[in-house]
Amino acid sequence: MKVKMLSRNPDNYVRDTKLDLQRVPRNYDPTLHPFEVPREYVRALNATKLERVFAKPFLASLDGHRDGVNCLAKHPKNLATVLSGACDGEVRIWNLTQRNCIRTIQAHEGFVRGICTRFCGTSFFTVGDDKTVKQWKMDGPGYGEEEEPLHTILGKTVYTGIDHHWKEAVFATCGQQVDIWDEQRTNPICSMTWGFDSISSVKFNPVETFLLGSCASDRNIVLYDMRQATPLKKVILDMRTNTICWNPMEAFIFTAANEDYNLYTFDMRALDTPVMVHMDHVSAVLDVDYSPTGKEFVSASFDKSIRIFPVDKSRSREVYHTKRMQHVICVKWTSDSKYIMCGSDEMNIRLWKANASEKLGVLTSREKAAKDYNQKLKEKFQHYPHIKRIARHRHLPKSIYSQIQEQRIMKEARRRKEVNRIKHSKPGSVPIVSEKKKHVVAVVK
Amino acid sequence: MRGTMMERESIKSFWKQSVPLMERIGSGEKLVLADLLEPVKTSSSLATVKKQLNRVKSKKTVELPLNKEEIERIHREVAFNKTAKVLSKWDPVVLKNRQAEQLVFPLEKEEPAIAPIEHVLSGWKARTPLEQEIFNLLHKNKQPVADPLLTPVEKASLQAMSLEEAKMRRAELQRARALQSYYEAKARREKKIKSKKYHKVVKKGKAKKALKEFEQLRKVNPAAALEELEKIEKARMMERMSLKHQNSGKWAKSKAIMAKYDLEARQAMQEQLAKNKELTQKLQVASESEEEEGGTEEKVEELLVPDVVNEVQMNADGPNPWMLRSCTSDTKEAATQEDPEQLPEPEAHEVSESEGEDRPVAEEEILLREFEERRSLRKRSELSQDAEPAGSQETKDSSSQEVLSELRVLSQKLKENDQSRKQKASSEGTIPQVQREEPATEEEEPLLLQRPERVQTLEELEELGKEECFQNKELPRPVLEGQQSERTPNNRPDAPKEKKKKEQMIDLQNLLTTQSPSVKSLAVPTIEELEDEEERNQRQMIKEAFAGDDVIRDFLKEKREAVEASKPKDVDLTLPGWGEWGGVGLKPSAKKRRRFLIKAPEGPPRKDKNLPNVIINEKRNIHTAAHQVRVLPYPFTHHWQFERTIQTPIGSTWNTQRAFQKLTTPKVVTKPGHIINPIKAEDVGYRSSSRSDLSVIQRNPKRITTRHKKQLKKSSVD
Repeated sequence: MKVKMLSRNPDNYVRDTKLDLQRVPRNYDPTLHPFEVPREYVRALNATKLERVFAKPFLASLDGHRDGVNCLAKHPKNLATVLSGACDGEVRIWNLTQRNCIRTIQAHEGFVRGICTRFCGTSFFTVGDDKTVKQWKMDGPGYGEEEEPLHTILGKTVYTGIDHHWKEAVFATCGQQVDIWDEQRTNPICSMTWGFDSISSVKFNPVETFLLGSCASDRNIVLYDMRQATPLKKVILDMRTNTICWNPMEAFIFTAANEDYNLYTFDMRALDTPVMVHMDHVSAVLDVDYSPTGKEFVSASFDKSIRIFPVDKSRSREVYHTKRMQHVICVKWTSDSKYIMCGSDEMNIRLWKANASEKLGVLTSREKAAKDYNQKLKEKFQHYPHIKRIARHRHLPKSIYSQIQEQRIMKEARRRKEVNRIKHSKPGSVPIVSEKKKHVVAVVK
Repeated sequence: MRGTMMERESIKSFWKQSVPLMERIGSGEKLVLADLLEPVKTSSSLATVKKQLNRVKSKKTVELPLNKEEIERIHREVAFNKTAKVLSKWDPVVLKNRQAEQLVFPLEKEEPAIAPIEHVLSGWKARTPLEQEIFNLLHKNKQPVADPLLTPVEKASLQAMSLEEAKMRRAELQRARALQSYYEAKARREKKIKSKKYHKVVKKGKAKKALKEFEQLRKVNPAAALEELEKIEKARMMERMSLKHQNSGKWAKSKAIMAKYDLEARQAMQEQLAKNKELTQKLQVASESEEEEGGTEEKVEELLVPDVVNEVQMNADGPNPWMLRSCTSDTKEAATQEDPEQLPEPEAHEVSESEGEDRPVAEEEILLREFEERRSLRKRSELSQDAEPAGSQETKDSSSQEVLSELRVLSQKLKENDQSRKQKASSEGTIPQVQREEPATEEEEPLLLQRPERVQTLEELEELGKEECFQNKELPRPVLEGQQSERTPNNRPDAPKEKKKKEQMIDLQNLLTTQSPSVKSLAVPTIEELEDEEERNQRQMIKEAFAGDDVIRDFLKEKREAVEASKPKDVDLTLPGWGEWGGVGLKPSAKKRRRFLIKAPEGPPRKDKNLPNVIINEKRNIHTAAHQVRVLPYPFTHHWQFERTIQTPIGSTWNTQRAFQKLTTPKVVTKPGHIINPIKAEDVGYRSSSRSDLSVIQRNPKRITTRHKKQLKKSSVD
């Protein structure tokens, strides 16, 4: 008689080595795993809460400057090295991993207005209030040598900003006009003007490297073509633009940090309407820098906070502040897109995580899977009121909080008035202007 | 100096002459060039000036140059258009990156530097004597040392077969393999078939085929046929030697036991015997002594065969009404076999031989017939069930009675035989063994025969009695062989009858159904006739206009439905089949249902209970509203899209590992500690401009604007 027995193939359950994971057979029959939506909803809720719990973005504060930090620069080849220029003319080079200053240079008399590194990372340039452009070696002087710049260019006027070309030995300064310099010469090879006003900053386009953008104190943003040695177009906004930053992944997109508390993202081919107006700051925006992935940017404001905006959202996803941080003058996003540095009035450089609740260091595969899953859950259920409320909740200093309330009231009043005006006037006589177009005064060809 | 003096003089004279001209200008008249030239005509010293003026006269005036701002504006516009064109090449890249499911940074791929082995080897040289020796050997044998690592033979073999040839060959091989697998599968399938009949038929078919082939071979190639014949003969001899088909085998013994109860076993047994007979039969080199021997052999064989087998041969088909025809033939044969003493031996052999030969054909035919008959029987029974009971009874009775009568006749005959035999037995003392079997069988026969009779008496005879007797009168017919022919006509008249009856039924129903609407249609006008024509017309008009929208009734219906839907439902907890029989068509008992039915409590009264014209939806739950999305989120255009995305789970509880990983891929992946550089034209497959920006600037003629030049001058002056 044949006896039927349950039999199992050992290949299916015996491990080859003890390091192998045990094979766990799973039954994916949906009837065995009911309530998928409620369960995932709860998971998403928990993930959101945990994200808030673990949101500790502040990493370090680098102190040493004896005046407000006026400008920052990243090292193009080294993630750990950061350069900063202060209002007393001092330039410091920092090591982020050790969180200390590795070199101090008294570079200028008065402010260090601008600082930029050469694309190869061997030297850097500074401009100051003493009408000079100085080139410095990245490595410190040898023993017994004096700290001296490689080159010094004496200019006729004050230079307010400097930026280096991304590929070639060319840099650009701005002051009364935009000058383009060959590193080997003491005269600019090309200088471009359009109108008579002081230009506060100039930036090279990182993708199409012959393009430049500058912003002047007569409320305009001017674009230049270095090859044709001519300005291209000018857009005049409501208020002065403090600085601009090009998107490193999208050649024609740049964002302007404006005095009217907003940031404007423009497509440089269509300047009459900004692509997006980013509003959340409650005071003038002083600096902006893109994440190297081109998906987000960080802005520093006079309201003592920095904010992170997604490129395609008008509201910020994150706001960083500390009790001691004063007006933030400059901000930079590190080249590995993980950290943010900001220099502020009270002489400190602060290091933040770009993603507030991210775990630093190496993740195991399970941690990574859990992180990805939680991220997706948060994304999936982001519109649910409970989750939205928790995810959006941020503690703000009282000054910012009250400012926000105040500005909300002002904005609402303005909106109401506009609506009333439209309502009580002849139809069509009062044009309805969209929020995007409102802030652009004119585009000059 | 002299020249200048001359000029001065001429100018003086010119001015003297042009005084009237001045007056003219003062009066506001227009001046023409000719007027100016008039005074010049006289003085010859001004000839050159005259010439020049004439030349000017013939030329057109040049337009004013645009002012500087305008020119710059045009320059800017042109430059902007150029730049915009350059930038627009990034559009597809930007769009792709924005829509990408996942972006992995840094974008530039680091190519792993793996050199092919040939390159690595080329830089290597033999130094030690051993290495040199090996290299010498390799060289002698024409083995490749460096690039490419193929021997000449390998190269040749690579070139030998073209791609198409190789493809064709591969296809052929594939086809052959496929065919082989088909055949194997078929053989396996056939081997698995358990039906003995099928195997028997197949075996027979094969034998037949072999025979046919042999016949053909004999015609075509006699020598080969002879060989084949020898082979067959040899096989037969071997078989005979081995005595395989005797009843001594395990299988045969088991069959012998089963043969008493199993018809098939009996048949198998017989078959084997026949085979044995066929095989063991000696070739007919006729001599009387041998014949006698054959006789004895048969006797021996008869001894070996259990009694039941022969018994079957005679009566197996007796009780089976469907085997009647074969039965008759069998009986005939049996009759011939019944008296073997009178028959000479060779004749008996002939009979058996003929049987052996006929059997394959006959049996197949029998099988087929059986099937057909069964099918027809089934059909008939179905028909009879469909038709009126009386008709079915008639057919059943007729057939059964036929059988009955036949059997009666048979039994009578047999009994007579039996009696005569018994008498014989009593007279003769010694009886051959063959004959001794028969009485036993004959004793059993009546028992066997009685069974159908009894069944009939129990079940059907009662009904028979009710039937009209004319069929009974007709039925008892002693003739056996006319049955088949008679049965069919018996059945035939029944079928049309049934049909007729069916048709009648249908007609009646048809009449009923067709008449009912006509009655209705008659009833309507009688009511309508009471009303006035005008009113009627108007009503009809309104009805037509608002056909199908009775708003009030619809609303009431809707409200009723809403109320019904909102009522709490009873919970039925009965488990069918629990504590009682369950199955299709069985319902749990009323008591049980009553016991396990949980009645829902009456809910609070509806808010719209006293509002006849309102439906208030009471479904909305404020507690869940806090967890519900109120406004459709941005990228979605319809609520079901959003719901669908929410309802598809992404967790590993509901998805396989692979799917889970796919569903949870992060949008942006960055490598820790890697610098992400701005996108480059080379990264996305564009050609970056060959000329550097610096060289372009330096070649540009207007690289320093006029304003800057002025400034430079100023500074130099300072």
